[in-house]
Amino acid sequence: MNSNLYSVIGLIAAVCFILALKGLSSPKGARRGNIIGAIGATIATVVVFFYNDPAEGGLKNLPLILGAILFGVIIGVPAARKVQMTAMPQLVALFNGVGGGAAALVSIVEYLHLGEKASGGAIGATVFTVLVGCISFTGSVLTFLKLQELMTTRPVVFPGGRVLIALLLLAVLGAAGWVAVDQGSNSLLVLTVLSLAFGILFVLPVGGADVPIVISLLNAFTGLTVAATGYVLDSTLLLVAGTLVGASGTILTRLMASAMGRPILGILFGAFTATPQAALSAADARPVKSGSPDDVAILLAYARRVVIVPGFGLAVAQAQHTVRELADLLTAKGVEVAYGIHPVAGRMPGHMNVLLAEANVPYEQLKEMEEVNPTFSQTDVALVVGANDVVNPAAKTTPGCPIYGMPILDVDQATNVIFLKRSMRPGFAGIENELLYEPGTTLLFGDAKDSLTKVVSALKAF
Amino acid sequence: MTPGLSAIALLSIFVLAVFVGFEVVSKVSTTLHTPLMSGANAIHGVILVGAIIVAGHSDSALSLTLSITAVVLATINMVGGFVVTDRMLEMFKAKKKPATATASKEAK
Repeated sequence: MNSNLYSVIGLIAAVCFILALKGLSSPKGARRGNIIGAIGATIATVVVFFYNDPAEGGLKNLPLILGAILFGVIIGVPAARKVQMTAMPQLVALFNGVGGGAAALVSIVEYLHLGEKASGGAIGATVFTVLVGCISFTGSVLTFLKLQELMTTRPVVFPGGRVLIALLLLAVLGAAGWVAVDQGSNSLLVLTVLSLAFGILFVLPVGGADVPIVISLLNAFTGLTVAATGYVLDSTLLLVAGTLVGASGTILTRLMASAMGRPILGILFGAFTATPQAALSAADARPVKSGSPDDVAILLAYARRVVIVPGFGLAVAQAQHTVRELADLLTAKGVEVAYGIHPVAGRMPGHMNVLLAEANVPYEQLKEMEEVNPTFSQTDVALVVGANDVVNPAAKTTPGCPIYGMPILDVDQATNVIFLKRSMRPGFAGIENELLYEPGTTLLFGDAKDSLTKVVSALKAF
Repeated sequence: MTPGLSAIALLSIFVLAVFVGFEVVSKVSTTLHTPLMSGANAIHGVILVGAIIVAGHSDSALSLTLSITAVVLATINMVGGFVVTDRMLEMFKAKKKPATATASKEAK
């Protein structure tokens, strides 16, 4: 195949990827966009087999390559088909990690292959790819382990952690410089090992609630790694595809950070700096109003407008279908129902939307924070299911508390607030929520799904 | 692979792609951020192309082992990514019908 034709086909594939992302601007065209992207990727993959590089000749080892692709499909497709929507973040993290790992491997092989012929630019790009790709690989695998709860989801902090991570970073940069000077394979091996270790140390101190931001960041990393590999291999397709992903990951990371009201670096390294939470005030003994499922059902049935605020507790309890059932019942009774979604609800950006979509909640009812906040003052009942920090007014009123400055959902403006909670334990950030003690607040203790099921049956009997 | 491109040309493409990427992604609706991430994930699975090229030109056992591993990993990334994104987007699409049904009811 002629090299111009080959380049044009690469360009077509790149355009397919841009269209795939563009399709996501509305739920309507999104699925078609994704299919266009998949077609682009397929074309690009097939065409490679028909291209004879003038310098290198055609591809060898074909049976092995085809076998490897088949093997990858056998692993990847069932995993993607079977995964629960609640487990989506860990699967995405894992796919992201293997992509970063693949990019690092490709660069390493190309580096060994080029040997002395490698240009300064190619060496620089290789160093970048190996460094960032390896961090992305181990970082993502660790994120997967945390989310899958194969290890603790709490931040793992140990004495001297900050010093260790700083030293390791210096060592990684040193090894990178060594590769650039020495251009050998030993230095590259050292860089690889150190980068892999850095990826682990980098994610260890991050807690479960901050995982959305880590996933976004690692996604951006892998994208940039692929772009750099494109530079090494002189492939515009890889360059463009990687850059698009880098841009998307960067945007999401920034959005997540602003939704948490904290700087990115503070989130990543916060666990090392944060002082242990001061003992909670003597508030524990203060009275709260706890209600029965019947009380909650009555409150809801007499409301004109109800806003449901789902948090990760909903996902943990797999209660998204029950919430939908409740919302349908209320709608049938003439109550106006909307969902107020905080940007960091769930374990990855937009996760809550996917969970509710799985339960067939019409996406028109899913309201973003800016959209729903002005409506709380006309809302009779705000039903908070398994969320806490994202509705805690302390974020506005208590300077110095860990979530101060984080934009929250203004459920305190609603006439009544109902919290479905497991216990009085504070949310992930470990801060007392004053809202729980307000006179307009009713608490319903228990597993979110059980509680909702009881409310639904009470409502049906009503 | 794309023969004859200078470093400057590649840099130009990179910078333009940054702008296209930011432009396109900043228009993605918040509702679809999870599919965006998994879709973007699938797109970087195109590293498979690079993996196939280096595997096809590998002579030593070491290079071949590393690059074949890369082919497997990249395939998982690409194929799995597109499949899982499609699954999610299908859910967003399926709900379109009841939503329009209620909308038309209200119109009446």
